[in-house]
Amino acid sequence: METINTNDAAAESLALEEATSKWGADIKRGLRAEPKIVAFVCNWCTYTGADLAGTSRLKMAPNVRVLRLPCSSRVSPLFIIKAFQRGADGVIVSGCHPGDCHYSTGNYYTRRRLAILHELLDFMGVDNRRVTFSWVSASEGGKWQQVVNETTERVRQLGPLRSERSSNTGKETGHDRTA
Amino acid sequence: MTELRELARKLLADGSVKVVLGYEEGPRGVRPVFVTDPAQAEKLIFDTRCVQNLAAYLNPRRQHITKLGKAAIVVKGCDARAVAGLIRECQIKREDVVIIAMRCGGVVRDPAGSSELTVDTVSDRCNGCDDREPKLHDYLLGVLPPPPPQSTRYAEKVAQLAGMSPEERWAFWNEQLERCIRCHACREVCPMCFCVQCTADKGRPQWIDCSATLEGNRAWQMMRVLHQAGRCVGCLECERACPADIPLGLLTKYVAQAVERRFGYKTCDDPAVPAPMGTFSTDDEQEFIQ
Repeated sequence: METINTNDAAAESLALEEATSKWGADIKRGLRAEPKIVAFVCNWCTYTGADLAGTSRLKMAPNVRVLRLPCSSRVSPLFIIKAFQRGADGVIVSGCHPGDCHYSTGNYYTRRRLAILHELLDFMGVDNRRVTFSWVSASEGGKWQQVVNETTERVRQLGPLRSERSSNTGKETGHDRTA
Repeated sequence: MTELRELARKLLADGSVKVVLGYEEGPRGVRPVFVTDPAQAEKLIFDTRCVQNLAAYLNPRRQHITKLGKAAIVVKGCDARAVAGLIRECQIKREDVVIIAMRCGGVVRDPAGSSELTVDTVSDRCNGCDDREPKLHDYLLGVLPPPPPQSTRYAEKVAQLAGMSPEERWAFWNEQLERCIRCHACREVCPMCFCVQCTADKGRPQWIDCSATLEGNRAWQMMRVLHQAGRCVGCLECERACPADIPLGLLTKYVAQAVERRFGYKTCDDPAVPAPMGTFSTDDEQEFIQ
């Protein structure tokens, strides 16, 4: 599992581009056997929980790239939209349980924002099952393992986001700006 | 109409406002006008073709208008909701604008078309409108006309989309968004798109494609609609302004309905009601979260 630390919008965008840099090219070459998943996690709960899962030697699908953010409320819907545009097949957003936020209330705002995103994705025809929202605390290494494995399995069954769709989405349309 | 012209003349003559944002008869139907001279108040009109949401011109990023000085604005119910939204989100101050509200019997879809309101010509925004007599006003003019005919176009489209599978919906929106030429008219015409610098204009980081690619168009509309969550006043000006005839109102209205269903918030013309995305309840539904 790779981790990228971010601290400002430009770095976050760059980190996302780095994490997904080869994916567009992979689609072109038809090398998409494994689903690609981006996880946006908060620094205080889920990241620590994922760390615990790692140090506990829990077996997890290697398909998830973790991006660590200060708080789940930093997750702009744009991150998720961009991750899909850059070739991700699935996205995980995870933070502290309600009431446990390091900044007291950040995740309550996240919950409102993600509820709307969840509905809009469905209305625009992106299968909701590609996006997993979860609360994982610092002690829930096992839950993180479950979230990762279940999401990977679900996305694997749904197939790659682009090739299953109409012909005009099969080709790579996002420009690779890191190249 | 005489009432409106006289009020505008009075406000401009006694210097209480420097400009009146209203409607005039243009070469191709009704268009917005900025009246700064009391003698020009004769230009002002108000009828069912006064479709445009003039609150877009109150936007502080439009400095060429704000620099004219204190403004009076002619509003319908939907426009009053937008003015309230701008006040709610601290874009303008209540005391910096004089609101001339018109009692409204609905508007047509095309400001260049016939002024007759029928089920075919009435704007979709007028469906179920509660604000035909705006509560947010300094002056309330006119006589309340009978309610407009109610079209069922929007409900039919939503039902049609709801009945589709995700793949069919994806195909539907592909077909629609392929036509987008990224002119950003939907943004410029929107009274609630008030960012000084839009994320779509940013190069570092560049969140979405600037050019009119299908994926870029999809990302642009998703971003625009999400930014409008809890803000959209349902005037459907984005849809009217769209040169590619993309049913953008479906997206904004759908999100507005989701906001209402989940957070019990409906856009209203009371600026004191907090914006739903800037607040929260510990009891918000989280059935979609693991």
